[in-house]
This record gives sequence, C-alpha cells and structure tokens, in this order.
Amino acid sequence: MTTVTGPATAADEPAAPAPPPPARRAGGRARAALGFAAGAALLFGAAPLVLSDFRLALLAKYLCVAMVAVGIGIAWGRGGMLTLGQGVFFGLGGYAMAMHLKLADAGPGALPDFMQLYGQLDELPWWWRPFASPWFALPATVLLPMVVAFGLGSLVFRRRVRGAYFAILSQALAAAMVILLVGQQGTTGGTNGLTDIQGFFGYDLDDPVNQRTVYFLIAAALLGLLALARQLIHSRYGELLVAVRDGEERVRFLGYDPATVKVVAYVVAAGMAGLAGALFVPAVGIISPALIGIVPSIEFVIGVAVGGRATLLGPVLGAVAVAWARTALSERFPGTWTYLQGLLFVLVVAFLPGGLASLWALRRTRRATPDRPPWWRRVPPARGGRTRTEVPAA
Amino acid sequence: MTDAQNDGLRVRGLRVSFDGFTAVDGVDLDVPAGDLRFLIGPNGAGKTTLVDAVTGLVRATGSVRFGDRELLGRDVHRIARLGVGRTFQTAAVFEELTVAQNLDIAAGAGRSWWTLARRRRRLPDEVVAALDTIGLADRADHLAGTLAHGQKQWLEIGMLLVSDARLLLLDEPVAGMSHDERDATGALLETVSRDRTVVVIEHDMDFLRRFARTVTVLHAGRVLSEGTVAQVQADPRVQEVYLGHPVDAPTEA
Repeated sequence: MTTVTGPATAADEPAAPAPPPPARRAGGRARAALGFAAGAALLFGAAPLVLSDFRLALLAKYLCVAMVAVGIGIAWGRGGMLTLGQGVFFGLGGYAMAMHLKLADAGPGALPDFMQLYGQLDELPWWWRPFASPWFALPATVLLPMVVAFGLGSLVFRRRVRGAYFAILSQALAAAMVILLVGQQGTTGGTNGLTDIQGFFGYDLDDPVNQRTVYFLIAAALLGLLALARQLIHSRYGELLVAVRDGEERVRFLGYDPATVKVVAYVVAAGMAGLAGALFVPAVGIISPALIGIVPSIEFVIGVAVGGRATLLGPVLGAVAVAWARTALSERFPGTWTYLQGLLFVLVVAFLPGGLASLWALRRTRRATPDRPPWWRRVPPARGGRTRTEVPAA
Repeated sequence: MTDAQNDGLRVRGLRVSFDGFTAVDGVDLDVPAGDLRFLIGPNGAGKTTLVDAVTGLVRATGSVRFGDRELLGRDVHRIARLGVGRTFQTAAVFEELTVAQNLDIAAGAGRSWWTLARRRRRLPDEVVAALDTIGLADRADHLAGTLAHGQKQWLEIGMLLVSDARLLLLDEPVAGMSHDERDATGALLETVSRDRTVVVIEHDMDFLRRFARTVTVLHAGRVLSEGTVAQVQADPRVQEVYLGHPVDAPTEA
C-alpha cells in the first residue's frame, strides 16, 4: 500500500510476496489430522484411564452439550444466527430416543410405566407407535429436528427475520415446546419427562461397562461432528455462510438466496443437537422439559460464546468448561452459580466477543507478524478501512 | 455475454413512491449495450432509487427491460442472476474473507450443492483474470477488510465482473478516492465497458468529464436532460438545477 496500485497499472508491478496458500493448506490439513489424533487419544485413552466411572459419566454428559455447541458454532459463529432455542432440537432427539428405549424396556405390546401410572390409557397413542421400531426411532433422532428446523427456518429466514428477533423467536419456541410437553403429561411424562431408562438396545445401562461403551459412542460422535463441521467451514459453502453473516444483502445482489444458505446451517445445527439429545438419554437415563427449556438452551450458547463461536474447537472447549464449572461450582455455591454464569456471559460478549479462542488467535497473529503492535496500541480502522497497523513503508 | 444487442437497459414510465413521496416520477431511460453512462443530479434526484428499482430492492411501477427480459417484479437474487450487478455507496465487501474468497463467492451463484460442499481446489479462471484486471493479484490472500477504501471499490467491481454481470450499476464508485485512484478507476471502467454496459452514479464532475460517454441528468425524480457531456453541459435546464439559475435567463433561486 505504499503507492496506489491502480487496476490498470498493477499488471506490470512486481507482485508482493504473498503467502503460498497451497502449502499453508497442506500444513493446515496435517495439523488438523494431528489435532484429531490428539483429541481421540485424550477422549479414548487418557480420560477413561484417569477418570472414575462417576466422572466419566459426567464427561459423557458434557460431551453431549459440546455436540450441541458444535452446531451452534456453525449456525451462530459462522452464520450469525443467534439461536437461543437449540434445546428444542436437543429435546426432539432426546425424546425420540427415550420413547424408543421406554417402549423397549416395557416390552412388546406393553405400555411404558408412566402411562399406566397416570395416563389412564388403554393403548399406545398413535404417535408413539412408530418409535417402537429402532429403524424409525434412530434416524428420527436426527431427522426429526432437521425437518422441524427446515420448516421453521424456511418460514423465518424467507421473511427476513434476523438478529435479536430471530433470537427471541427461537427462545419462544423452546418455551412453547416445554409447555406442550408439560401439558400432555399422560403421553409425554409431563414435568418428570421420560425417566428411569434401563436398557440400551439389549444392554443394561446400570452396568458400568455399558456406561463406558455409551461414553465411547458419544466421544466418537463428537469427533465425527467435528470432522463434519471442519469440512463445512472450509468448504465453499462455509465461505458463503460467512459472507451471508457479514453482508446478507450483498450476497443477495450476487445472485444467491441468503435464506437458503441460512436454512442449511440451521438444519445442520439442529441435526447435531438432535444427535446430542439422543446420546444424552442413555448417558444420563432421563430426558425432561427441564433439560431442554429456555435455561439449558441459553447455557448451550454461553459455552459457545465463552469458547469462541467462530472457531471449530472453541465451542467444544467452552461448552465442556462451562458445564464442568457448573457442576463444580453449583455444588459449592448453589445460589450464586446462575449469577456467575450470567456475569461470565456478559463479560465475554462485552470484552471478548471472539471468546477465549480469540486470545489464542491473537497470540498466533502476533507471532506471525512480529512488527504488529500490541492490541492496546492499535487504532481501530478509520473510515476507509485503512488500519494504523499497515504502516506505509515510504 | 451472449448477444451484445440484448444487453441494453430500457426503462419506461418508472415510478417509485415511499409513503406518498414520489422519489422516481415517470423516468424513461435507454442505455444501449456497451455504453458508459453517467447518471447525475442533485441530492434527492432519485438516482440511487432508480438503481434500487432496477435491481429489485424497492417496489416500482412501469417497466424495466434488460435485453428482452422484464426485471420489475422479480426477486433481487433473480435479477442478479440475469446479469445485472450493482455496487453501493459504501463499499460492501466481505471483510472477514480474503480477496480471492470474495471473488470466488461472486463467481459462484448457481453452483451445485455438491460443488459448494467441497473445498476450492484452485481459483476459477475468471477469478484469476479479474484479480489482474482490478490490480489486486498480489493481495489475493489478504482479508478484504485490510484493503484500502479504493481497493475495496475495485474488489466490488471485480466481483461484478466474475459474476458475469453484463449490466453494471455503480453507485458513486470514486467517492472518497484519491486522485490516482480515480484515474485508475476510470481506466478500469473504460476497460469494463468494452464488452459490458456500465451505468455510474457520480457527483464528481471532473471524473464525469473525463470518462463519461453519455450522461443522463435526473432532477426531482425525472429525466431532465440527456446526451454527451458537452450537450448536457450546454443545456440551460441543467445549469439552472446545478447553479440555481440559467446562465442567460436569470430567475429567482
């Protein structure tokens, strides 16, 4: 930027040294493979060795939250859709799985225990019946949330609802789902939810060995979702999604329909939340309205915000950290954790919008450009976009 | 770039109203294919609103034909896919993406989901060509947010080129540019208009005199005058609008 390189004259100017992208990409891929290997070693090797059965079960629960976080990272971090209602999709997946497991526990033809207790039902409601088959129930845990997200997203994004309006709408949806579940106590278990789940496809969930298997299943699913998210972020679609986040109108004027782009990200996030909900059920043995309502939906988002919403690993680490802190601190200070959590959210959003991951990125940038001044000496870009950090050489 | 004869813009009786205020009031406008047309007029003349109407951003009545297609009533992104591209007064590039990524996205409307779901192995040829045309080849891997103001405007024009827009509507492309940047932009517009139709909204009279092929003057939502730079400058009605009085027939301001 020392001289004005005009469009007409640029061709005869020597090209400035640009970083070679192919090499960088190859390096990025190797680093990613290494990262996945390290993650697998940690989750499959170190964690089961070091942690007690009780702690491992807790970790399994946290990893489910982390799976939801991966989806929120895509929808919110990359797509700009602050979804405060992921509990809905988590719940759809969880209930679909729990319904199947309850029916399997009860045995063929029998009613689940809670229906006999206060349902006064003679036979299974029609919408429970398909869930008796694992061939329906298992795909439904993921597809049902995706279908709901598709319908909802198509309606909402085509009408150009966005920003805070979308956030409030998604939150209202979580509230509506809870009201629906509680109101239909006879067929949904009401406030109690679906509890006391004993078996998981023939395996007794009380057996620690089987609990461990469920943990491994969850860890594998999380790694799978991370791989999927990474592919998505680095694909052309991933770039387009960021473009929609930062300039929806501009994308429209380039011939794209931004609503379609957003719906896809929203549907993917919903599918991830559904899978997380489905695996949460065998890990914890219960799904209930309290686990999918407004508060847990916001807690999903807090973890993502703390970790760094626009990065791949930030949401996962943030979600696990916040969930762990919640367990650790709410045992010791039961009354204050909610306030602490709220404070954490406000602090992160106000002072570290990129989350903890941005600290890491900052360190890397500084290492890459040693002449870059520290952040407290940088001046925000003036109108015209030229930042003070790009000091003209002349 | 099919039939160059088909890439002209033909506006008839265009009318845009906001809550009773008529911003564009029956405009007829012909921009033949390959023209480099400047659209000028005082503030509030309806220049930007005219472009908004052509690109589908605001509702309008009348008729806007690009080639043999009627544009009015179509969605914004459909109009864009027909080959009508525009820029905005404030540069609107995707700052968190690199220059190459910006261009790649612009080149990609209509890509299949299969293509979208995969990584970009290499830059498409038209993107490489556009990087040269707009003089940002050495900045391909820089974030667009780090570009200078003028470079962002060039990037926007480049994005229209790769999107295969055959009609470019540019809203004050040289506003805030330095002298050298203006010259470079003018040269770029001349290059671009060799095989595309370009309409430029501009306030800068010096820039207009140097690069405009034809000029349309809008005033209060209507076409006031049209012709070459010399013809328009000699038009007493234009002088009245710009100077407050015609040169040889003084009236009150």
